[in-house]
Amino acid sequence: MSEKIQKPRVATAWLGGCSGCHMSFLDLDERLIELHDKIELVYSPIADIKEFPRNVDVTLVEGAVSNDENEEMAHLVRKNSRFVIAFGDCATTGNVTAMRNRFTPEELMRRTYTELAEEKFAIPSDSIIAKMLPKAIALHHLIRVDAFLHGCPPTPDEIWFAISELLEGRIPKLATAYLRYG
Amino acid sequence: MAVKTFTIDGQQFSAQEGETILQVAREHNIPIPTLCFLEGLSEVGACRLCLIQVEGNNKLLPACTTKVEEGMVVHTNTEKLKKYRRMTIALLASEGNHVCAVCVVNNHCELQNLAYEVGLVRVRYPYLFPKKELDATHKRFVIDHNRCVLCTRCVRVCDEVEGAHVWDVAGRGIDCKIVTGLDEPWGDAETCTSCGKCVLVCPTGTLFEKGVTVAEMEKQQDFLKFLVNARKKREWVYEE
Repeated sequence: MSEKIQKPRVATAWLGGCSGCHMSFLDLDERLIELHDKIELVYSPIADIKEFPRNVDVTLVEGAVSNDENEEMAHLVRKNSRFVIAFGDCATTGNVTAMRNRFTPEELMRRTYTELAEEKFAIPSDSIIAKMLPKAIALHHLIRVDAFLHGCPPTPDEIWFAISELLEGRIPKLATAYLRYG
Repeated sequence: MAVKTFTIDGQQFSAQEGETILQVAREHNIPIPTLCFLEGLSEVGACRLCLIQVEGNNKLLPACTTKVEEGMVVHTNTEKLKKYRRMTIALLASEGNHVCAVCVVNNHCELQNLAYEVGLVRVRYPYLFPKKELDATHKRFVIDHNRCVLCTRCVRVCDEVEGAHVWDVAGRGIDCKIVTGLDEPWGDAETCTSCGKCVLVCPTGTLFEKGVTVAEMEKQQDFLKFLVNARKKREWVYEE
């Protein structure tokens, strides 16, 4: 029998957000080296891994659910992860991503690709392009979420606290330690 | 005036007849969250955040408008009240467009602070994302209805302190909104004196000064106590 102890399998996903939460994650700086010793990063926009794997222990999800690709990803994350954290305000409330909700997807596409464009482009219609949902929604309005890491973006210290607590086998008490919006 | 004796959270208090539970609680540093209440303005009991429980009464009562009574047994912080306060803030969040990250009062917002105070981790209700307007026709100020919680502080300060009554409430239910004049653009409202009191008493980023950007607007409200003291008591002093 192998005595090898498996490191916790951690993933991060990027839905409808500006990637600011991931930038803040990278701002863990030298703590990333420590983190690398403690976890196995099995999926992330900052790693070149094509498929979201099975048996993930913790997944941090940045961004609101804004298009059909986000929707599919959110379901896959939930199915394959034991613990899902809404990572930042867009995942928690919809935040800036949801500011487009007063317009229809058609209005938004027309405005972006024709009315405001310097050159008049056609509205992209290729079937491989993700389709906007009628409204961008918070992650927990689509899938079950186990914890919320607030902030726009969450600070590296807040991210470090959440991950450290989980690695110690505790559910991070983010609500009391780091509850904030914006 | 008669003195009334009663208990709040197990502690005995006495107060003059006519005083409210909230007044007594504030005097003795018993925390009760409030939103529509502002010292110096009339109490309307609109926001339901200061709800308290009174033994022998099935209804929850707003502390800001409930007068002390002899033998009253008041609870201000039961699990039921905490749950209701969290629900109230969650409903306010879901029926407006409160985007803290890009709001002019981010980090200086009473609604934001209340969300922390009641422990609002996430909003269970679906966000309604209502289509609300923004009026920038006034030369100095802007009203962004997306952030409005209908506390009516602006309505009251304009009517009761400035005496202009530019603001009022129109519509019902989800269509309820604050209006200037006879629901005309703020810039066209001839009764507006541009004093800015409404902007300062607004608890959220609904009313703000032109030219401020994200997190730059801080509301100073001590002017109100000064004015009210000066008028009622003839005392022209700033309280520290």
